Amino acid sequence: MTPATVRTRSAGRAAVTIIGALAIYEVVARAGIFPAALLPTIPAVVKTLWTMLADGTMVKHAMSTLLRVLFGFSLAAALGLPLGILMARFRPVEQFFMPLVSVLMPIPSLAWVPVFILWFGLGNTTTVLVVFYAATFPMLLNTWSGVRSVNPLWLRAASAMGASGQSLFWKVIIPGASPFIITGLRQAFLRSWVAVVGAEIIAASAWGLGWVIFDAKEFLNADIMMASLAVIGIIGFFFERVVFGTAERATILKWGMVRAARG
Amino acid sequence: MQHIEVNHVSLVYDTPGGKVPGVDDVSFTMAPSEFLCLVGPSGCGKTTLLNIIAGFLSPVAGEIRIGGNAVNGYGQDRGIVFQDFAQLFPWRTALGNVTFGLEMKGVAKAEREAIALEQLKLVKLDKFAHSYPHHLSGGMQQRVAIARALAYNPAVLLMDEPFAALDALTRDDMQRLLADVWRETRKTVIYVTHNVAEAVFLADRVIVMTPHPGRVKAEVRISLPRPRDPLSVEFLEYQKALLRHLSEPSRADAQ
Repeated sequence: MTPATVRTRSAGRAAVTIIGALAIYEVVARAGIFPAALLPTIPAVVKTLWTMLADGTMVKHAMSTLLRVLFGFSLAAALGLPLGILMARFRPVEQFFMPLVSVLMPIPSLAWVPVFILWFGLGNTTTVLVVFYAATFPMLLNTWSGVRSVNPLWLRAASAMGASGQSLFWKVIIPGASPFIITGLRQAFLRSWVAVVGAEIIAASAWGLGWVIFDAKEFLNADIMMASLAVIGIIGFFFERVVFGTAERATILKWGMVRAARG
Repeated sequence: MQHIEVNHVSLVYDTPGGKVPGVDDVSFTMAPSEFLCLVGPSGCGKTTLLNIIAGFLSPVAGEIRIGGNAVNGYGQDRGIVFQDFAQLFPWRTALGNVTFGLEMKGVAKAEREAIALEQLKLVKLDKFAHSYPHHLSGGMQQRVAIARALAYNPAVLLMDEPFAALDALTRDDMQRLLADVWRETRKTVIYVTHNVAEAVFLADRVIVMTPHPGRVKAEVRISLPRPRDPLSVEFLEYQKALLRHLSEPSRADAQ
């Protein structure tokens, strides 16, 4: 099988799972167990989604959320990746930051929302900070583990061939740690995506996918909630499968540093 | 002039159980382009000695000179091949692995790729220049590792049981290939092995080491014409002689 047919096949299997789940939902929605206003059918949700896409509101909600994620995610990458590397390379840095990381990491990012609201008010600063908080630790911990688990044989071979300092770092340690770094980015994105919606529910004003869900509750607009949930899922799916999937295929899968599951 | 001088080199390992002597007062010299095998059971310090010569470990006593200069850490005058296939960089193609040393030297891209391709041709892998290591067999990966160690043209090649993890048939092929590569490149080679037949096939001279502590027990010069016939009577005589040295109790034990 060529990689292309493998990919078509896995896309086919993913479609089967999703269509199956949608079918079950539709059957339950039409069974009349719950009022249609609370559990709208798929055609009703699609119609609402279409209207919101057509008048541009859904795009604006999605873009607001996405920008908050990308901003917070970038900040987290700017801190988490270098700090993870430094902690893995220099013992004093590790000893200084590790206790702080161990204390802060178990605190759910959403628990900070009320505090951030007190400090920064409702709006972008608070939501971006929550994303930043959620994304930093997966990146930091994975990078830290990745740099520490670089095969010492690569370091020896590279040193014997004259690599040191910068060249050893960029040409051996970073690619050697890449399976962990990519996993860290991937986990960080998922955590940010989860966190941003929660943060928006509490702290956003007027725009964002989380905000629109919470706002729709006031008017019993279950179709708007469902449409927004679908958009959240679709964008998350796109990043998880397309963006990170492609990044993985172009690097660590191609290099054989991680292996695809069989069959 | 001697190319490599090992003068009274000793190394002690600090373990949780106390100090363990790894290598004890080892001395020998090598002529340029000589092929030397270090043979001995595990624990005899042969790999430790190779790592000292490579510059990965510092001896507690004694010194090593290569071309008259004392060894102090790594240097591009030595190429190294390890036993583990994982020594190659998985994120680089065969060609990318072989160019690494030249890249570190600052050789321009076109030139270093031309040189690397020559080296891959030497180990008969030029067709696989653009394959990633995980698509190559163990024997092929070790050949890439040899090409990589030769590419930046070190005068000395250090090899730590490079073929020990290969199956017997592939190992025979590899030994013949290495003998050819050595004949063409005329490197000074130190080759660590526990395989007596391999030592007799490859070496000009074999140093037999004994464990606890690692010491030189005997030196045997292999005066057989090349290419060598592993089934000849003389070849088997050399094997027997080496095995005798390995099975005899060392002088220290006998006292």
